[in-house]
Amino acid sequence: MFSRAEVEAIASLANLELDANEIAMFARQLGEILAYADEVQQVDTRSVPPTASVLAPFPSDRPDEVRPSLARDVALANAPDPAAGAGLFRVPRVIG
Amino acid sequence: MNHPATLRAIRDAVRSRARSVGDVCREALERLDAVEPALHAFNTVTRDQALARAERLDRDLGQWRDRPLVGVPIALKDNLCTQGIRTTASSRILETFVPPYDATAVARLEAAGAVVIGKTNCDEFAMGSSNENSAYGPVRNPWNLEAAPGGSSGGSAAAVAAQCVPLALGSDTGGSIRQPASFCGVVGLKPTYGRVSRYGLLAFASSLDQIGPFGRTVADTALALTAIAGHDPADATSSSSGVPDYASSLTGDVRGVRVGVPRKFVSEGVDDRVRTAFDAALVTLRDQGATIIDIDLPHARFAIPVYYLVATAEASSNLARYDGVKYGYRSPAAKDGSLRVMYNRTRDEGFGAEVKRRIMLGTYVLSAGYYDAFYLKAQQVRTLLRRDYDQAFESVDVVAMPTSPIPPFRLGEKTADPLQMYLADVFTVSVNLAGLPGISIPCGNADGLPIGFQLIGRMFDEASILRVADSYERATEWHKAVPPL
Repeated sequence: MFSRAEVEAIASLANLELDANEIAMFARQLGEILAYADEVQQVDTRSVPPTASVLAPFPSDRPDEVRPSLARDVALANAPDPAAGAGLFRVPRVIG
Repeated sequence: MNHPATLRAIRDAVRSRARSVGDVCREALERLDAVEPALHAFNTVTRDQALARAERLDRDLGQWRDRPLVGVPIALKDNLCTQGIRTTASSRILETFVPPYDATAVARLEAAGAVVIGKTNCDEFAMGSSNENSAYGPVRNPWNLEAAPGGSSGGSAAAVAAQCVPLALGSDTGGSIRQPASFCGVVGLKPTYGRVSRYGLLAFASSLDQIGPFGRTVADTALALTAIAGHDPADATSSSSGVPDYASSLTGDVRGVRVGVPRKFVSEGVDDRVRTAFDAALVTLRDQGATIIDIDLPHARFAIPVYYLVATAEASSNLARYDGVKYGYRSPAAKDGSLRVMYNRTRDEGFGAEVKRRIMLGTYVLSAGYYDAFYLKAQQVRTLLRRDYDQAFESVDVVAMPTSPIPPFRLGEKTADPLQMYLADVFTVSVNLAGLPGISIPCGNADGLPIGFQLIGRMFDEASILRVADSYERATEWHKAVPPL
């Protein structure tokens, strides 16, 4: 079981604004899931390397060459608030 | 429709001009229209584009007739990008997203002559085992509308089972192709990690995700895999190893093939009906000349905790991109707030409960003070699990297990307890953690609902699991059963 403050701290790291019901639900559920996941602690992993990739050797580096990419208007087409003329994504004011 | 047409039969009919592509696609769309109100398998039906493309294929058939999938209507899981066609991942946050490019697997199927008729419903961002996490409502199982179709690629599995299409693509991060294939009574293949380009697949857990086909027969999934596999410069994890003609590996001969069964692992928590069907499948393979060998996968019992630590960590990172800036939903309530408020409200309103649960879990296991205890530890146990498989494959050619420990459950039965839902993935997740190929094929029936079993192969040895699966299929009738819809 997580405390309300712990859930709020995780939500803040995750950029999620949770309501009171969600905080209560996650406090219980995250505690239950992690209590179960804690089973991994019984495994002796001394001198066992973590898996970074299942592919060995890593398959295919490519030459670092400039290639065509999306046109600016195409890249902006799905934006909720595009500043199309300026070619920018508009967001709420950051600096006062 | 009395007998489900296979991909191969449709293609051959188009090639010989016995059927036009237009007729084939109209029939697929008619079937879709007839069953869709009951199933809810599709988020988007691309009727006009499909019929226009069919017309072009018919007109230019000379150029297309030798392509391996010419005229075959297909469905795509709605987490695969399709240029100009809405792609939602069954999430509110992408409800209006229209990708400016095609996923490589999609482009390859179209280059092979296939015709996309729709985008299929799934669990939101492919997170779930029942399709109940879709923001647009669950898919229903064609065999019993009160039952879950499995997940997360439930719409793709249901569309193939209900004979809307002979081929659909799904994605499999912890079982999301194999488990719904098992629940809907069709064949589902998760290729080796790196076999199929992930370019254009909306990322959930990048070290585990893989695109693969659903079909009614093993031969059809083999044809589809040959079409979509192979290196892609746009995905650095796609392998440059050569793509065999998988259909040519279907010899029907499994004499001398060594099939490993992790008896201890599959002895606990398996429904009796699943156990009976699985044991009968092993008898069939033995009767065909395969050798059944007991193996041990001592770390497989840790696969669920390892999976839910690794997959959620990767998900929390991947889903950080959905922030209301570049595409998708932005909370209108955030109009006058700060940037931070805009991010946080957009994500709270745009994501469903399961996605938030996994983002929260992943954020926690990656956070300072917990990273070593959870994430790093899980990646170390993952290494041990991979070594278990490496060792097993020294003495066997393929590994067999049930696909799901339980037959299809009722919609609503497991939604209250996320952990119980996760535990249903016990036999599928280890395959993704090890990067191996796995295929689920129908092998039984529990009170009118399908049961499947899976075959797991060495890295890049799809040929062996396809050969054994096809051989099993030739000796059995399960794949011929059609849902009463």
